[in-house]
Amino acid sequence: MSAAAGARGLSLGRIVLYAILGLFAIFYMLPLFVMIVTSFKSLDEIRLGDMLGLPQQPTADAWFAAWQTSCIGLTCEGLKGYFWNSIKMVVPAVFISTILGSLNGYVLTKWRFPGHRWVFALMLFGCFIPFQSVLVPMALILGKLGIAGTTAGLVLVHVVYGLGFTTLFFRNYYEAFPNELIRAAQIDGASFFQIFRRIMLPSSGPIIVVTVIFQFTNIWNDFLFGASFASGDSAPMTVALNNLVNTSTGVREYNVYMAAAIIAALPTLLVYIISGRYFVRGLMAGAVKG
Amino acid sequence: MSVEQTVEAVPQVLAARNQPRPDSPAGLWLQRHLPNLVLTPSLLAIGLFVYGFILWTIYLSFTRSKILPVYAFVGTEAHQRLWSTPNWYKALENLAIFGSLYIIICLALGLFLAILIDQKIRGEGLFRPIFLYPMALSFIVTGTAWKWFLNPGYGLQKTVQDWGWTSFTFDWISSTDMAIYTVVIAGVWQVSGFVMAMFLAGLRGIDNDMLRAAQIDGASAFNTYRRIVIPQLRPIFLSAFVVLAHMAIKSYDLVVALTGGGPGNATELPATFMYSYTFTRNQMAIGAASAVVMLAIIAAVIIPYLYLELKEKKS
Repeated sequence: MSAAAGARGLSLGRIVLYAILGLFAIFYMLPLFVMIVTSFKSLDEIRLGDMLGLPQQPTADAWFAAWQTSCIGLTCEGLKGYFWNSIKMVVPAVFISTILGSLNGYVLTKWRFPGHRWVFALMLFGCFIPFQSVLVPMALILGKLGIAGTTAGLVLVHVVYGLGFTTLFFRNYYEAFPNELIRAAQIDGASFFQIFRRIMLPSSGPIIVVTVIFQFTNIWNDFLFGASFASGDSAPMTVALNNLVNTSTGVREYNVYMAAAIIAALPTLLVYIISGRYFVRGLMAGAVKG
Repeated sequence: MSVEQTVEAVPQVLAARNQPRPDSPAGLWLQRHLPNLVLTPSLLAIGLFVYGFILWTIYLSFTRSKILPVYAFVGTEAHQRLWSTPNWYKALENLAIFGSLYIIICLALGLFLAILIDQKIRGEGLFRPIFLYPMALSFIVTGTAWKWFLNPGYGLQKTVQDWGWTSFTFDWISSTDMAIYTVVIAGVWQVSGFVMAMFLAGLRGIDNDMLRAAQIDGASAFNTYRRIVIPQLRPIFLSAFVVLAHMAIKSYDLVVALTGGGPGNATELPATFMYSYTFTRNQMAIGAASAVVMLAIIAAVIIPYLYLELKEKKS
């Protein structure tokens, strides 16, 4: 739908159009801009006001402090440990949930059984439940398994509650995959896993990228599970950031908070910048429309 | 439909094909049941961790659990206490304010921006990512940024006052009446670009011939949109509504980072209520009862939607 307005010269309407778009661009960019300039100011300069002004004497002190020396809880070693916690949580959780999702999608489209639609619907509803309704039993079970408050526990949680989405992505993708190919391979005697490895996986590139990005963003940005199931030193980045900003006592070091927030945002922002197209596709697919 | 039937017949083809092979009976059994065996762990996990846990939580809401779970059934006591807690009504009221504004503004703004971007503008590749990038951020990051931006002593208010407009006030974040609207602002900032992307995809899918015909008939741009374009976007409105409603009900991180539920209980939402009653106030049964209500609200939105979606695909 683009026929409504042809490419004309710069009429008044066009100028208004660009002005409105420009204003909204400012609205969306402003908080990020303020975060960045604040993170390069000294506390003294921040107290002078002028949130929007560029730093007069730019300094990266706040960044070093956020990474290495800021106090989170009782320890003052910065965010670096928590950053690695998040990495150690995200990588296995994304990997496992993507593999399982692709296998599930393969079975649900190419090896259908009676009631497969119900099974899928039940998995799908699992994507949308408010996690508050499973929080307490999960905490109790993690305690029983002896992995409460550990990264392994968080990996388990994220795999389980990510399965619905990863299965959804692969199922919708494999649905369009020609069944004739599968049948031909079967007649040639290819086994279940051979078909998956040799035929399905090689053509799954785009959906693997979409799924990995979606899961990576969701799990990296999760706060509720991290806050509920990971305590102290095993907390992920988002929880550490919140503890730094909202429970610290004494002088409020806004420059350090902003640097910390940018560090926490950096991995997902980078993914978005590098592969925005796939990021958007994942979001759309997450809205069920395949 | 016929495709599906053939696919369902495929495993039998495989089994028949393999019969003459010198396989052991166990190997044959494995081969035939392998697909189901592969699916089983995921099904068990979802059965236990989603549905089992939901039932468990529902049961806990009928007990007297405090700091630890107790399993003696006492009926609806916790539910009655939940519905006589003023804080819970505050949380529901806030959810109604926040949820409706969040959904309406995101839909309106998303549609508006999508229509603007769809006017064959130059620099689409610049505007689109700028509108959408907040979606990549954690709500904790968004909350932290907006908390600073809205801080009356350092942020927007102070800056505008320093520019010379000394009577300018914007202290919503520290006002009991207005704080909930700051949650709306930050939430809209984060998600509206995504709604825009959904609408834009819809707009790009609309048949151009119909629009040309309308133009030839002399319909104004406004009428073309109102009569032809927007009605065709109905499925997108539905999807976006469901996604937004679902996000609104689950909203937790944003409030925690932006206002911490305060000032006082001014920005309490069901999600923060559930968390504090369960984990800090040691009223697990009441927390469970509130989680059951949250689940019921979400189910009321999601189940009809999933039903429609899956039915559509079947036909």
